[in-house]
Amino acid sequence: MGDLQAKTLHELADLLATGDCCAEEITSDVLAAVDDRNEGLNAYIDLDAERALAEARAADDARAKGDARPFLGIPIAVKDVLNIKGQPCTCASAILKGYRAPYDATCIGNLRRAGFSFVGRLNMDEFAMGGSTENSVYGPAHNPRNVEYVTGGSSGGSAAAVAGGLAVAAIGSDTGGSIRQPASFCGCVGLKPTYGRVSRYGLVAFASSLDQVGPLTRDVQDAAILLEHLSGHDPMDSTSIDQRAPAFRAGDATDLRGMRLGMPKEYFVEGMDPDVAKSVRAAIDICAELGAEIVDVSLPHTEYSIAVYYIIATAEASSNLARFDGVRYGARVSGEDPIELYGKTRSAGFGNEVKRRIILGTYVLSSGYYDAYYLRAQKVRTLLRRDFEEAFGRCDAIVAPVSPSAAFKIGEKVDDPLQMYLGDVLTVPANLAGIPGISVPCGETSGGLPIGLQILGPDFGEEAILKVAHAYERSR
Amino acid sequence: MSKSVTYEPTVGLEVHVQLKTQTKIWCGCPNRYGNPPNTDICPVCMGYPGALPVLNARAVELTVRAGLLLGCDISRYSKWDRKNYFYPDMPKNFQISQYDLPLCVGGGLEIEVGGEKKRVSLTRIHLEEDVAKNTHLSGRSVIDFNRAGTPLMEIVTEPDLSNADEAMAFLLGLKEILSYGEISDCNLEEGNIRCDINCSVRPVGAAELGTKAEIKNMNTFKGVHRALSYEIKRQTAEVLRGGEIVQETRRWDDGGGVTQSMRTKEYAHDYRYFPEPDLVPVRLAEESIEEIQSKLPEMPSSRRIRFVESYGLPEYDAGVLVAEKEISEFYESVARLNHNYKSISNWIMTELLRALSESGKSLSASSISPEALAGLIDLIDEKKINMAGAKEVFQTLFDEGGDPAAIVDAKGLSQVSDQGAIEAFVDQAIQENEKSANDVREGKDKALQFLMGQVMRLSRGKANPQVVLSLLREKLGN
Repeated sequence: MGDLQAKTLHELADLLATGDCCAEEITSDVLAAVDDRNEGLNAYIDLDAERALAEARAADDARAKGDARPFLGIPIAVKDVLNIKGQPCTCASAILKGYRAPYDATCIGNLRRAGFSFVGRLNMDEFAMGGSTENSVYGPAHNPRNVEYVTGGSSGGSAAAVAGGLAVAAIGSDTGGSIRQPASFCGCVGLKPTYGRVSRYGLVAFASSLDQVGPLTRDVQDAAILLEHLSGHDPMDSTSIDQRAPAFRAGDATDLRGMRLGMPKEYFVEGMDPDVAKSVRAAIDICAELGAEIVDVSLPHTEYSIAVYYIIATAEASSNLARFDGVRYGARVSGEDPIELYGKTRSAGFGNEVKRRIILGTYVLSSGYYDAYYLRAQKVRTLLRRDFEEAFGRCDAIVAPVSPSAAFKIGEKVDDPLQMYLGDVLTVPANLAGIPGISVPCGETSGGLPIGLQILGPDFGEEAILKVAHAYERSR
Repeated sequence: MSKSVTYEPTVGLEVHVQLKTQTKIWCGCPNRYGNPPNTDICPVCMGYPGALPVLNARAVELTVRAGLLLGCDISRYSKWDRKNYFYPDMPKNFQISQYDLPLCVGGGLEIEVGGEKKRVSLTRIHLEEDVAKNTHLSGRSVIDFNRAGTPLMEIVTEPDLSNADEAMAFLLGLKEILSYGEISDCNLEEGNIRCDINCSVRPVGAAELGTKAEIKNMNTFKGVHRALSYEIKRQTAEVLRGGEIVQETRRWDDGGGVTQSMRTKEYAHDYRYFPEPDLVPVRLAEESIEEIQSKLPEMPSSRRIRFVESYGLPEYDAGVLVAEKEISEFYESVARLNHNYKSISNWIMTELLRALSESGKSLSASSISPEALAGLIDLIDEKKINMAGAKEVFQTLFDEGGDPAAIVDAKGLSQVSDQGAIEAFVDQAIQENEKSANDVREGKDKALQFLMGQVMRLSRGKANPQVVLSLLREKLGN
């Protein structure tokens, strides 16, 4: 074949079922593509070709003996933030150098049971902190559409691998837009599930109340397939909820008659790239042509979302990352006493953006500031959530841009962290409110860089957003 | 400060109690003491990347039970908070605890010291996780994470205690409730109970409390008594001298008999508490609390009454037997097998408690079984053995275990009650001790005792003393 890595999961499942290809062939094609093009993209940061092929052969044997699982042996790639037993898990950080996961994340176990295998680990912003995958100890990932441009982040390696044809599909994580934004920048599909739908056990925590694991894929159907297998209640995660994932099938969505789509005026921000605004509006027009009723909605507290996010996320992160101290795992720089050991290990091990956020998070929780910052931010978070509840009373899904801009040049914003943060204004609200969101490609800038359409749904409203996304995708 | 001002101490305690659950508070690792280091561990209690806590419901149940037994208000809604600080015994460098909404609020315990009763009020009881165990060797420190994640209940008292005796009485009373309540094993050697002492002094009658010093991590009750006695003296002397008490943490040096300021690098105590985002709050339904209430184990006061009523024991006996839960349970096990209730009580109160005290062992570490003691008492009642012999058998049962009848045979301790055999010894003793025999005929009791002793010696201690006595009296006309 030679091009199997460019197919979708559902196409490969069909080919496997008819015997027109085998897992080993798919894996070989993936490995060949990585060999050929990863250096230019820096999407993968770890790969074990021998192990991947051995797993593929074992899957083919099992299929020959009657194991009829549709996705058995299909290799997917995983953001370097999830524990997969026996594999390194560095979160693109020097501080986890040498760490090998002693256990599988629950969602990984779920995918394993469905027959998927894990071919390699993908580049990311260190500890998922960033919007460009430039904060990586392995160097930046490059946008497949134009290698001088960023992939977006923090799941930049995941988006680049899928959009660049180096992976059939990828698993990422989204705390403030880290699946949706890189999907938008690179030109693939990216889904953030409702908070609680996918177990976080085994996901290295950035912000506990915001993190979710989700798929980056070539099409909407693949995202639905992976969502179904990723999801489910996990007794090891007290924040995971028992909600069956929608059994979404492609045929379920061809038109959008009867659906009301909300267009939030606050999301077409001043200073937004006109190409992005134009492309997204055109996509919404198509949705209208497909039968949806477009209604105006307002999310009045949107302007506070960045402040709220960067207070809550950094506060939780400052605490979650305290465990990286060189005592029990990872890299260690010795000291005369514990304080010195911690200081030296963490100074050497963490990158600048991580340090910046830890300090910010420590500050907003500190005595005398907690009420003014953290507590207040949580209150405004409730207002942000109420905005959505109100809006979903008048529509079934919200359509909007993913980001005020498309990909920017590598190095362009590294010296201006606040500028970088402002790019998250349209994605962080979904994390703060806990609602699901998907990004689906809807065009490109005059410079040829991809643009994504964001569709947001109410709690556990993945079915609605997949329906809109798929119908739109089909129409292109 | 004028020397004519008298100062009184005010003391509060923070008692940390390890709960008796099967598994740790956030994970399924066994809650066990004594295993090889770093064997009862998993990604959760080791603070590995990606690990998450899941609440052990039994830990909540035991804490509610403690709250009910101590008369606290049980919070229908309580929550978890992160207490953030860095230390090697902290796997996550934050401890999951309860900050502003603990499981139990208020409550108290009545103590009695020197015949006077006093109520010690509690501020609160909350649940948290225990930390790992640091050991300092020469040149390096090592950490055992087996203990990390053990469910720990923290009981905070109001500053109602006035001296070391009251603190001791409080701790003993608390231990009794925790032990009887089956909330904790209360094994101090295993570190089941540790306590921090907060002590300050103020002029008698003053409304405000003085500056307090804290003595942390005391793990014996006697240590608490010694440390607190010293600290009260130290603070009182200091203020009488005109000095000031520094608010600080102090260490008790048992060898030197002093508390010392811990001049170690003190972290600023800003714990940056915030609600734990990985856990949901605890919502207790009325029915759950009622169920825990209905299943409360029998407490010492009820058990004392029951021992008096069911076994016909004097109040004194009931008091002694019930003082230790293990002992009272042992009593009942023997009483099921042998209905000589007073005899069982006597044996336990004298011989068993003595043997435990002398050996330093706990009852479970000794070898004596309820069946053995019941059997031994039967042998005495059947006159197969005398008291001296029985005490010897008892010691063997305590040290090595076994069956009393078999031990009696093996040691040849069977009591000789046969009239004829004893008569031979009596005659011999009279013959060999003419003077004493005459003294007895003249009514001198001491000579009688002496002759008894001689008969016992001749019979190698096996003669039935009552028979010996009656024969001597008969033959010597006393």
